[in-house]
Amino acid sequence: MDSTLKKRWISLYVENDVGVLAKISGLFSGKSYNLKSLTVGETEDPTVSRMTISLTGDDKTFEQIKKQLNRSVEVIKVLDFTDLPIHKKEILFIKIHSLKKDETEEIFRSAAVFGVKVTDYDKASVILESVNTESENDDILKYYKKYYLSRMEAVRGGSVAIESVSKSER
Amino acid sequence: MKIKGTQLFVKALKEEGVDTLFAYPGGMAIDIFDALYGETAFNVVLPRHEQGLVHAADGYARATGKTGVCLVTSGPGATNLVTGIATANFDSVPLVCFTGQVPTNLIGNDAFQEVDIVGICRSICKYAVTVRRREDLGRIIKEAFYIARTGKPGPVVVDFPKDIQLALGSDEYPEEVSMRSYKPSAGVHMGQLKKAAEMLAGAKRPLFLIGGGVNISRGGAALLSVLEKNKVPVITTIMGKGAIPTDHPLYIGNIGMHGNAASNTAVSECDLLFSVGTRFNDRITGKISEFAKNAKIVHVDIDAASISRNIVVDVPIVADAREALEKLAEILPPARHDPTEWIAGLKKLKEEKPIVQDGGGALTPKDVIDEINRRYRDVIVTTDVGQNQLWTTQFLELKGKSRLITSGGLGTMGYGLPAAIGAKLGCPDMPVVCVSGDGGVQMNIQELATAVCQEIPLTLCILNNSYLGNVRQWQEMFFGGKYACTCLRKRKSCGAWCSSPHTECPPYIPDFVRLAESYGLEGIRVTDRRDIAAAFDRAEKNTKAPTVIEFIIDRESNVLPIVPGGNALSEMVTEFKKEGK
Repeated sequence: MDSTLKKRWISLYVENDVGVLAKISGLFSGKSYNLKSLTVGETEDPTVSRMTISLTGDDKTFEQIKKQLNRSVEVIKVLDFTDLPIHKKEILFIKIHSLKKDETEEIFRSAAVFGVKVTDYDKASVILESVNTESENDDILKYYKKYYLSRMEAVRGGSVAIESVSKSER
Repeated sequence: MKIKGTQLFVKALKEEGVDTLFAYPGGMAIDIFDALYGETAFNVVLPRHEQGLVHAADGYARATGKTGVCLVTSGPGATNLVTGIATANFDSVPLVCFTGQVPTNLIGNDAFQEVDIVGICRSICKYAVTVRRREDLGRIIKEAFYIARTGKPGPVVVDFPKDIQLALGSDEYPEEVSMRSYKPSAGVHMGQLKKAAEMLAGAKRPLFLIGGGVNISRGGAALLSVLEKNKVPVITTIMGKGAIPTDHPLYIGNIGMHGNAASNTAVSECDLLFSVGTRFNDRITGKISEFAKNAKIVHVDIDAASISRNIVVDVPIVADAREALEKLAEILPPARHDPTEWIAGLKKLKEEKPIVQDGGGALTPKDVIDEINRRYRDVIVTTDVGQNQLWTTQFLELKGKSRLITSGGLGTMGYGLPAAIGAKLGCPDMPVVCVSGDGGVQMNIQELATAVCQEIPLTLCILNNSYLGNVRQWQEMFFGGKYACTCLRKRKSCGAWCSSPHTECPPYIPDFVRLAESYGLEGIRVTDRRDIAAAFDRAEKNTKAPTVIEFIIDRESNVLPIVPGGNALSEMVTEFKKEGK
């Protein structure tokens, strides 16, 4: 077994019931598992929710996490996405205010380069919307923090993921 | 026909075959009790504290193999169950706990006696749910019983709001359960089992390690049929003790922190460890890197999450312990090596290095347990937690239908007496003895009243050393003999912290004999080992009420041998003398 820490992905089918999110997140905190992000939402079947969970851990801990999730009464299915071809995306909003004209122009230019949408603006403020992978969003956020840290706020949604249909490698 | 939620509740209990209900009323459960009034289908037991209630239901479940059922009110009624739910969860005891709740429209308003018991219990139970719609009630109760008793059994909490109790709805109680998210594993992977059987037959020094799972699944008989085919020595955990009779020629003893030398040596020397129904808890393994170092390990457990968690195993088998052992008995090939020498060596060690306790003529805990061994062939013994528990697991013999009931995982003080009451209610024909300490017994001493009101006999043995003995022992051995807050006789006027018993210590409180008498019971104080048998004789004459026997034992008796925490099992301390003692 590999004892080095590695990023992992789990897709979880759970009952869409009150308290299930608390149960799953409580499992991570109660057993000291390192949770990176967790997203949840209803699926095509309104009685089922699907969670995308990212975490870092070694092989042994990760095996234990999957088993613990599996034995939870509310969990329907645990899919390990770590080594599967998947599509995953995260939404990131960045709001920057108190901008001078040239700064606003610069933001429009950079947004075009980074593939980020300017989704709202007025004379001195813009809102950027970035739907990318988590690590791409890390880079984008890093860039804007470099220049606008004191004038910005950022909010991230956490990743959602789904198995790919045509890709055979990730 | 439309009936109230409370009526469906009563109907559900009947359909589930409940014969005993452990119940304490309150504002948000009063309607349920109203529906229970006049019912003759089950015995409704009123304890004196909800913690005693849930431990009694737990003792009942462990003694009978049936599901224990609790009913309490909201708020404090519910929170008083928490320790008992965690206790049952740790030892895989099937319980269904109904908690009254404020009406659904008040949930979240900080209403009088409102708590989020489902939230509180989430991490200490198998499943917890609030009934939010009357039409879900029947299904939820059905699922609760199903979840509690199947797979790895455990406690289930059903939170039952008052408006749902009163709402009219269908009178149908479902006959079947179908849950897409809960499918307890069934069957045994025969390929894996065959591989394990081959390894067992081919091993030179094979060893069975039997855990609580074998007792829970009632797998003892299946284990015996395996042993009839191949002679394999057997060691047990505390929870597995009694899975085979302790006088069986292949039984070596308990392993772990307070196990015997032969068992701890066996695990270090075996070349195949065939373990069934154990979690490889730290009290069992000692230092993990040294545990069963020379052995291949087979691990059978119903819970996949218990396999390869603490100990990495060679052959994992997810299965019910009894089913796996039954199948193993069918397919096990004859042993390819003669085990005689291996077994004889362990038996010799068992005889040469037994667990002893020499009081030099004074009354010892072993004397008390020896009397239980002499007196009963079939007996249920419950323990509290601490030295009383460890001595019992060391010295108690379990023959016939005898069972040991003890809080092994959570280690809950106050467990012994209420568990004994539950066990006696579940098995009225079995003699029941509780071995407790003077500390633990006071945590639920009020339950004497429950036993009196239920008119049941049981023998409560209080081993009184006036200390919280197990912690005191650790303070003596590992903390330089500084007895911080473990002396139960210490009073403010004693002044400075003290570190040893004195002749002039203040008297013990309470006086357990007079306490017993205040409940209308016979209380006996035994200070001389020659009086032990007579005290048990007197207890047996009390056929409608418990008897309290207080045994005054040496104040600084220790549980030995001990493997200090974190050490290898081979590093057993067998003797310890306090300076100047």
